[in-house]
Amino acid sequence: MSAAAAALFLREWRIASRLGGGASIGAVFFLILVSIIPFAVGPDLALLARIGPAILWVAALLATLLGLDRLFDGDSEDGSLDLLVNASLPLEAIVLVKCAAHWTASALPLAILSPLYGLMLGMGAWPLALTALSLVAGTPALTMIGAIGAALTVSLRRGGLLLAALTLPLAIPVLIFGVAAASAASGSAAPFASSFLMLCAFSLGAIALAPFAAAAALRRVRD
Amino acid sequence: MRLAAENVAIERGGRLVIAGLSFEARSGAPLLLVGPNGSGKSTLLRAIAGLLPLTGGALTLEGGAADASIGEQAHLLGHADGLKGALTAHENLAFWAATLGGGSLSPAAQAPSDALRRLGLSHIADFPVRALSAGQKRRVALARLVVARRPIWLLDEPTTALDAAAQALFADVMREHLSAGGVILAATHGPIGLDGAAQLMLGPLPAVGVAP
Repeated sequence: MSAAAAALFLREWRIASRLGGGASIGAVFFLILVSIIPFAVGPDLALLARIGPAILWVAALLATLLGLDRLFDGDSEDGSLDLLVNASLPLEAIVLVKCAAHWTASALPLAILSPLYGLMLGMGAWPLALTALSLVAGTPALTMIGAIGAALTVSLRRGGLLLAALTLPLAIPVLIFGVAAASAASGSAAPFASSFLMLCAFSLGAIALAPFAAAAALRRVRD
Repeated sequence: MRLAAENVAIERGGRLVIAGLSFEARSGAPLLLVGPNGSGKSTLLRAIAGLLPLTGGALTLEGGAADASIGEQAHLLGHADGLKGALTAHENLAFWAATLGGGSLSPAAQAPSDALRRLGLSHIADFPVRALSAGQKRRVALARLVVARRPIWLLDEPTTALDAAAQALFADVMREHLSAGGVILAATHGPIGLDGAAQLMLGPLPAVGVAP
């Protein structure tokens, strides 16, 4: 069973990292989102530094969710999903492993790159570190919530926008506590520890519950 | 091993595709599903694999593993090959060997490289599947049946896109599976190289409740 999980993780990782896999496109999309906001806000460095954590978090949220629309689509189109339903792993475990692979290939690089992008917004060292840390803690929740949406929209041909419409409202609590934790060093009202722990709780709860919801959706929605 | 259907009915998209169907398939005796387009051959195979719910009736398996569903003891070969274009043929097979095999009943399966050699694909084992022809992709999909041992084979037009040599190779693979006690249900429009196979004729159901 663990050999099957390892094989699935390796397969997802290989697909994501090869040409057209989409892992690097998420990082580029993240960079573009972060760099267009100063054009809209204006070159006020003090303002950009203050709202920097929020910009990074909104950009990471969109980059994570928009990258998730292909989580199950490819497997549905080429018939793999029909086979995975009857694999030696339960479908819930398959969802969890796919999400873990997607998170390490697509969301973790965003957290690692966020200090670099935050420099462009004039953020200090301490806010940059807290933003990266809060992204590491919070993006698992975004990936898992997005996986439910991806499972629900798997049979639709252009499910990307519907996926975002379904899952963005559910991601609002994660966004609130993520930005609160990230901006604790740059004048947020809430202390870092409480927001950060809430963020961890969201991620752990989503990891525990979302695989069941996504697997149920995959079983029901397809015909 | 005996797979039996009793009075099975299956709906698809609100339309009754199969009704009152009973049959049995035994170890070593292949059963061919024949019938015109739309008569429910693929639907029946997907329902046996557990991908579609039965509207009525029951499917039973005697002699299988008690703790696994019929679908978990079956290989489904559908219209789609279940292959990732970005991965090589060998990587695709190694993945399916790890995720589909490993059941308690399954005897030792063939290694992916042996399976590829068996189907005449050794020379393209390390090429990405997206670069292969339709017939070569189909051969890789067929190799999946032997890298993970499962007793029931549900084959939906297995010989699509295969040349004569590959059809003969695959007939050998099927005969080997049957002589090892396997069950084969194959939906087909033509001969697939199994002599003396029983046929199950599926016909289109009359439309119900539609005014002329």
